[in-house]
Amino acid sequence: MKKLVVIGAGMASGRALEHLFEADPAAYEVTLFNAEPRGNYNRIMLSPVLSGEKSYEEIVTHDDAWYAANKVTCRFGERVTAIDLARKVVVGTEGEVAYDKLLVATGSAPFIIPVPGKDLPGVVAYRDLEDTNAMIEAAKPGARAVVIGGGLLGLEAAAGLRLRGMEVTVVHLMGHLMERQLDEAAGYLLRKDLEKRGITILTNASTKAIIGSGRVEGVQLDDGRTISADLVVMAVGIRPETTIARAAGLEVARGIVVTPQMVTSDPDVLALGECVEFQGQLFGLVAPLYDQAKVVAATLTGKGASFAPKELSTKLKVTGCDLFSAGDFSEGSNREDIVLRDPARGVYRRVVLEGDHVIGAVMYGDTAEGSWFFDLIRDKADVSAMRDTLIFGQAYQGGSPLDPMAAVAALPDEAEICGCNGVCKGTIVAAVKDKGLTTLEEVRAVTKASASCGQCTAKVEQVLAVTLGDAFKGSARKTMCKCTDLTHGEVREFIRSKSLKSIPAVMQELGWKTSCGCASCRPALNYYLVCDFPEEYQDDGRSRFVNERLHANIQKDGTFSVVPRMWGGLTTAAELKAIGEIAEKHQVPLVKMTGGQRVDFLGIPKERLTAIWKDLNDAGMVSGHAYSKGLRTVKTCVGKSWCRFGTQDSMGLGVKLEKLMCGSWTPAKVKLAVSGCPRNCSEATVKDIGVICVDSGYDIHVSGAAGLHVRATDLLCHVDTEEEALEVSAAVLQMYREDAFYLERVYKWTERVGLDTVKAAIVDDPASRRAYHERFLVSQKVAQVDPWAERVAGLEAQEFTPIVIEPRLAAE
Amino acid sequence: MSDAIWYVIGSLADIPARGARTVRIEGLEIAVFRTADDHVFALENRCPHKGGPLADGIVHGRKVACPLHNWVIDLESGRATGADEGCAVEYPVRVDAGEIRLCVPAARAAAE
Repeated sequence: MKKLVVIGAGMASGRALEHLFEADPAAYEVTLFNAEPRGNYNRIMLSPVLSGEKSYEEIVTHDDAWYAANKVTCRFGERVTAIDLARKVVVGTEGEVAYDKLLVATGSAPFIIPVPGKDLPGVVAYRDLEDTNAMIEAAKPGARAVVIGGGLLGLEAAAGLRLRGMEVTVVHLMGHLMERQLDEAAGYLLRKDLEKRGITILTNASTKAIIGSGRVEGVQLDDGRTISADLVVMAVGIRPETTIARAAGLEVARGIVVTPQMVTSDPDVLALGECVEFQGQLFGLVAPLYDQAKVVAATLTGKGASFAPKELSTKLKVTGCDLFSAGDFSEGSNREDIVLRDPARGVYRRVVLEGDHVIGAVMYGDTAEGSWFFDLIRDKADVSAMRDTLIFGQAYQGGSPLDPMAAVAALPDEAEICGCNGVCKGTIVAAVKDKGLTTLEEVRAVTKASASCGQCTAKVEQVLAVTLGDAFKGSARKTMCKCTDLTHGEVREFIRSKSLKSIPAVMQELGWKTSCGCASCRPALNYYLVCDFPEEYQDDGRSRFVNERLHANIQKDGTFSVVPRMWGGLTTAAELKAIGEIAEKHQVPLVKMTGGQRVDFLGIPKERLTAIWKDLNDAGMVSGHAYSKGLRTVKTCVGKSWCRFGTQDSMGLGVKLEKLMCGSWTPAKVKLAVSGCPRNCSEATVKDIGVICVDSGYDIHVSGAAGLHVRATDLLCHVDTEEEALEVSAAVLQMYREDAFYLERVYKWTERVGLDTVKAAIVDDPASRRAYHERFLVSQKVAQVDPWAERVAGLEAQEFTPIVIEPRLAAE
Repeated sequence: MSDAIWYVIGSLADIPARGARTVRIEGLEIAVFRTADDHVFALENRCPHKGGPLADGIVHGRKVACPLHNWVIDLESGRATGADEGCAVEYPVRVDAGEIRLCVPAARAAAE
C-alpha cells in the first residue's frame, strides 16, 4: 500500500480525503499532520460559535471514530518543520514519515498589520478555534472590543462579540464595508443594519498604533482619535501559509503554484486550499476548495481531472443582515446596470448585464432571488427575452413586456402606487377627477402619493396622464439627471425631511436608478449635504469639479490660475512688492488684473501650486476663492473716504462683507459690489448682491447678472446702518444657499421663487432674517479656513504631484 | 525597436478611488484612473476634443468627464461617449498584488 502524507487537517484536505476513501479506500495508508490539536472542523461555522449560537462539538466534521474507521494515523498538535523532497520524507517535531505522495494543505495565516503594539496581549486574529475561544474569554458584557477590518470575517467577529454583550467598534480602512463584495449602496445598508444593533462603524479609518502598557488598552487612528479597547481583533485579511513549502524548494509565488491537476513543481507533491495559487489566483472561499478536493482525489487515484475556477458568491453569516454578491459587478461601457431599490424595506438589488448575459449581482435586504441570479451568471444564460422584468426575479418571468403607460392603464383600481403612504391607483384617479387636479404637485398635496420617498413619482405622473388623457399637459418637471425621477427641489426637501446625511444614504432612500450617480448629480448632492449638515457632513472631493478640488482655476492648456484674496479690492505696497517677487521667483507667464479687482497669476502648472501658495501665505495672503461656487469678490469704489460724491464708507463695508461671507460653498458663484453713491462705479447693479450707498443709508439690491445674460438688479430693501446691511446680505445669501438648486445663479433663483418670497423672509420678518443669519454663521464656523494653507501643510498632497518614472536605460 | 516595457508606477493606494494621477514616463503624459471598484485604466492625458487633462476630471462609473468642456470619455476604450466623436490613446495597465503596472512603448526613449 502506498503512503500518503497530508499536512494540514482543514476543510479542503478533509474533503479530499473523503473523496479519496470513497473512490478507493485501499489505495493509500494516510498520515495526517495538524498543528492544531484536533482534526477537521467546519471553520466557516466559527462565527456562530463565537456568537454562542452553536458549540464546538456541533461543528466537528471528522471525529476520532471517522479517522479510526479510515485508518488515518493522526499526528494532531504536531508541527511539521520540513519537507525533504529528495528523500521523500516529512519531518515533524516528533519524527520523520516517508511518503509516496504528499498533499500540502497548510491553509492561510492571518495578515497582521505592522503597527506598534500588534503583539500586546489582548490582540487576536480570527482564524481558528483558539482565536475564537480567546475572544469568548474576553467577551465580558460591557467590555470593549475594536475589530480592525470591515470585511466578511471582521463583521462576523463584530456581530458575534456584540451578541455576547461587548461594546464593539469596527475600524475599516476603506470608504464602505465589504468593498470587495459590495458596492457603496449595499455597503450603506449593511452599515445601517449593524449600527442598529449597536455596533459603531468607522470607515476611512486607518490604524496607527495599538496602545497599552502590558495589555491592550486602545487603538489609535491616523486622524488622532483613540478608541479604548479590552480586546482588539485583527481581521484585515489572510495570506497563503507557504513557509515550509518555500523552504522545501517548491515553486511559490504568492501561493504554492499548482497545475490544473493540483500538482506542485514536484510531481509527487500536491497542494490545495488557501495555500495554493492557480493561474495567478488565490482562494479564500470554500466552494473552489471543494472543487480542488475532487481533483486531488482524482489525481491521487490516477483518474484524469482538471480544476477550473468558477464564479463565486458571498453571503454574510450575521443573523438579520441579508446580503448576497456574485460575479463581477463593476461598471463598464458595454455593461448595463438594472437597479431596484425599496427604501421602505431597506432593499437594494442590482444586476449587471453584459450583452444578453448577467455577469454580476449584488443584493441586500431580500436575497431570496440570489441563487436564481447566481445560476444565470454561472450558466451564462441568455436573458434577452426577460430583460424588462429580470430585476423582479424568477417569479415574474413569462409575461410579455408592456410599455409603462399601457401597464399603468391596465392596473386595477386597488393596485398600490405609493407604498410609503399606501395610496392605490383608484384613490389618485378619484382625486384627479373630483378635484380637477392637473399637475403632479397637486396630486401629491391631495393624496400624499410620492410624498415620502419619491420613488413612485414617475408612476404617479403616469396615472395622472392616463386619467387626464389629452388634457394632460405633459411633464413640466425637470428631473435632476438620468439617475433619478426627482427634481432638484424634491431631492432637497427629502434630504431634510428624512435627514439623509451621506451620498449613499440619499441614493438608497430616494431610490436612485444608478449604483453611484453621475458627474451631474454627485456634485449637486455633495453641495446639498455640505449646506444642510455643515458640522457633520464630510465633503467628498471626488464629487467636486477640478477647480474646487484643487482650489485653482483650470485653463485651456491644463495649467491653473492663482488669485489671492484682496479684501474689497484693497492692497498695499508691501503686498504688491511680495506679489511681484513671487511672480518673478516662479516665472509666472502672465500677471493680470481681473474684473473683480484682483491680481491673477496665469499659466501655473499643477505641481507648482502649493509652492506659490506657500509664498503667498508667508506674505500674509490667502485663497481668493476665484474658483469656487462661493463668494468670489466684493468689488468696491473708494466711497466717501476719498470721492467727492461718496456718501458712505463703501471700501470699509466691502471689506467687512467679504470677511463675513467668504468660505461657505453656495449653489453657484456669488459676486458682490459696494458703490459709494448711485453713480455706481463698482457696478453693483449687475452683481448677485449689490449695495448702493446713499445719503440716508444703504440700498441692498439682488439678482444682477453681467454674463451670458445681462440683467440689472432688483431692489430688495433699504437699511439705515452698516450692521443691518451686513445682516441682510448674509441672510439673503443663506436663503439662497438653502433654497436654490445646484448651479442656479441668484437671479435665476429669485426669478423662480419670486422676489416677494425673498422679501417676506428677509425684510418683513426680522426673526426669520436673524435665523438665516445665524445659520449662515454656523456654516462659516467650519468653512472659514484657508484651503491653500491646509494644502501647503500637506493635505491631499497626492492631488498636486504627478508620478514621474525615469525611463530605463536601453539595454543595447 | 518598438518593444513595450511594463513599468511599476506605484501601488493602488497612490491613486485616490474615483480619481486619477498623472504619470510622466518615456516622454508621455498618461492619466491613470482608479474607479470606485478599484479597477485601473490608463489613457493619454489629453481629451480628444481640445486636449483637456483627463486626469483632472470627475470619474463616475467607468467614465471620466473632461474638466474643460465636459466631454465624457469611456475609460475602457478611450472613446468619447454620447454624440461626441473622438478617441484618446489607451495604454495597457494592470494591478498585480497591489502594484500598478503600466505598459508603454520603449522606442521613444531609446531613440532619443
